[in-house]
Amino acid sequence: MPYELIIEAGAAEKNYWKDLWRYRELFYILSWRDLKVRYKQTVIGAAWSIVRPILTTIIFTFIFSRVAKLPASGSAPYALMVFVGMLPWQFFANSLSEASMSLIGNSNLITKVYFPRMIIPASSVITSLVDLAISLVILVAMFFIYRYVPAITIILLPLFILIAFVAAFGVGLYITALNVKYRDFRYIIPFIIQFGLYITPVGFSSSVIPAKWRLVYALNPMVGVVDGFRWCILGDSLNIPSFLISIVISFLFLWLGIWYFRKTEKSFADNI
Amino acid sequence: MSSIIEIENISKQFIIGHESAERYTTLRDEISKRAKKVFSFSNQESGKKHQSSKEIFFALKNINFSVEQGDRLGIIGRNGAGKSTLLKILSRITEPSSGRIKIRGRVASLLEVGTGFHPELSGRENIFLNGAILGMTRSEIRRKFDEIVAFADIEKFLDTPVKRYSSGMYVRLAFAVAAYLEPEILIVDEVLAVGDVEFQKKCIGKMEDVSRNEGRTVLFVSHNMEALSRLCKSALLLEKGEMLSFSDTDSIISQYLLSRKNNREYSRNGTNEIQVRDISIKNKDESRSDTIVTFENCTMEMRCICHVDKVSNVSFAICLNNVQGHRITSLWTAYKAKTFNITKGEFAIMFKIENLKLLPGDYEIITYIESNGKEIERIDNYDRLFVKYTNNFGCTVEPNASQGTYIEDYLVSINKM
Repeated sequence: MPYELIIEAGAAEKNYWKDLWRYRELFYILSWRDLKVRYKQTVIGAAWSIVRPILTTIIFTFIFSRVAKLPASGSAPYALMVFVGMLPWQFFANSLSEASMSLIGNSNLITKVYFPRMIIPASSVITSLVDLAISLVILVAMFFIYRYVPAITIILLPLFILIAFVAAFGVGLYITALNVKYRDFRYIIPFIIQFGLYITPVGFSSSVIPAKWRLVYALNPMVGVVDGFRWCILGDSLNIPSFLISIVISFLFLWLGIWYFRKTEKSFADNI
Repeated sequence: MSSIIEIENISKQFIIGHESAERYTTLRDEISKRAKKVFSFSNQESGKKHQSSKEIFFALKNINFSVEQGDRLGIIGRNGAGKSTLLKILSRITEPSSGRIKIRGRVASLLEVGTGFHPELSGRENIFLNGAILGMTRSEIRRKFDEIVAFADIEKFLDTPVKRYSSGMYVRLAFAVAAYLEPEILIVDEVLAVGDVEFQKKCIGKMEDVSRNEGRTVLFVSHNMEALSRLCKSALLLEKGEMLSFSDTDSIISQYLLSRKNNREYSRNGTNEIQVRDISIKNKDESRSDTIVTFENCTMEMRCICHVDKVSNVSFAICLNNVQGHRITSLWTAYKAKTFNITKGEFAIMFKIENLKLLPGDYEIITYIESNGKEIERIDNYDRLFVKYTNNFGCTVEPNASQGTYIEDYLVSINKM
């Protein structure tokens, strides 16, 4: 017999990762569906993912640079610095809000078909990745507008996107599982995102944080991600210890997210 | 030879109170609960005691059976007997509370028609989406794509969003995808109830083929006794989460129909010299069922027993009330000037109905026996009867109670003037 399966109470799935691999087709298709539906349903959906980062960039540039008179981090124009910070942040915020609602939105699937549930939040993070790609196109346009030549390190960008992915996916999984378990958790998510925007160096450079607080500040995983993006695209200086702490925290969240998600995954169909 | 599915002592329990009062916990409750715990300092022992005082509901209790490769097993039981829970455990959607299941082969389950269909996407896109959800790979779907489309008969609407589909087209498409699944084990729940009769037959035929020719194993839940007896070799009967019996399909079906009857609460009024033992309803193809079809023939057989030596001038009636409790019709032997002299023993009265004109729906059966104007036995709410509208015309509308109390049979034509 090619395939044998044992169903038991509380038995941790031994071939969970193998299963996840077996269901990769479903993962492609669900991501494709999310994208297709999103851009089919609303032309505005596509426009929205362009307008939102641009508007936020304009406002942040005005507030933090003109009103608060904060210094830019490097040689790049302030608006560019804000936008580069906005890239991973938007991705993170979108992933979080999409992923957290994804399981409840797909409850008909969860109660009718088996598949590793992790596929669903993962595919909504992938959808947000496409928004990130659109924003990258805007970034190129901004390079032309500001006549700015990005640093050579930009070729490392995929690596930093991967780090952003780890951070978003980890936190996203954790929140998604919590959201199924506690239905009032979703009211907290917009707050986390809004709050996160101000404790992450999006509108300002992390260099304005006093040196002795830098390491504590880096406990926010997005600090490292945003700093990394700025180093990689704009050639800003990178505080290595702070960056490493953020990376470690990101992976810690990934581990925690996967662990908690798998722990609660079994009862999703009963709870949803 | 070991079986393809082995189920050992499977139970699934829910704690009532927790489960039914609130379907999900909220963070707010959790926080207040924990806060209380900290302050009251309750130890583990009392916590456990508290738990056991809550009522535990067994959706399934110690289920044991095994299925051989190529078997087609029917699962029969009333609503709430645990059929769906069993299928959900087998398809890994939910976990059992205890017990162990060994499955040798890939499982595809069809617990709903068109799971994951997205209304905004076209028929073509939904075939791929639904196929992937049911566990097919894209290359597999591509290979079978034309067959699926032909089976569903929707070539013209392939690129139309399914939200514009009629419900018939929707069901056909959803089924077609499922019909071309190639798992070792196929689990099917109730889904056949929605398609039209012709299409249902096509689907059952397809499932039969798949099982017979390719050695697939099929687990099938349905309330449609005819479909069950056609498709399944053996069946198991569930009641209140327990497995009552496991045997060949026909004997399980009659056991089920009988148990339904015995569990009905009714009282026999009258002098009871003659009593009704059983009413069996047969479709045009003579299969026993609780569902009959408009514009088709059917038979109602009323089996009785007479306890005294002789009763003269006895007439019998089967009356039908609709769900509102209105009397819809009465089949009374006296209307055909038929009264009988009955002697001690068992006998059966047959009512042959030609061209049934009842509206589709749910009816209550009342039995009535009288002799010389005196009531011998009356049973209100003896059983239920279901009427389905015929699909001979392939219509998309069905007659219902807002347009009359019965449906006349008529021919329609147009004459040019």
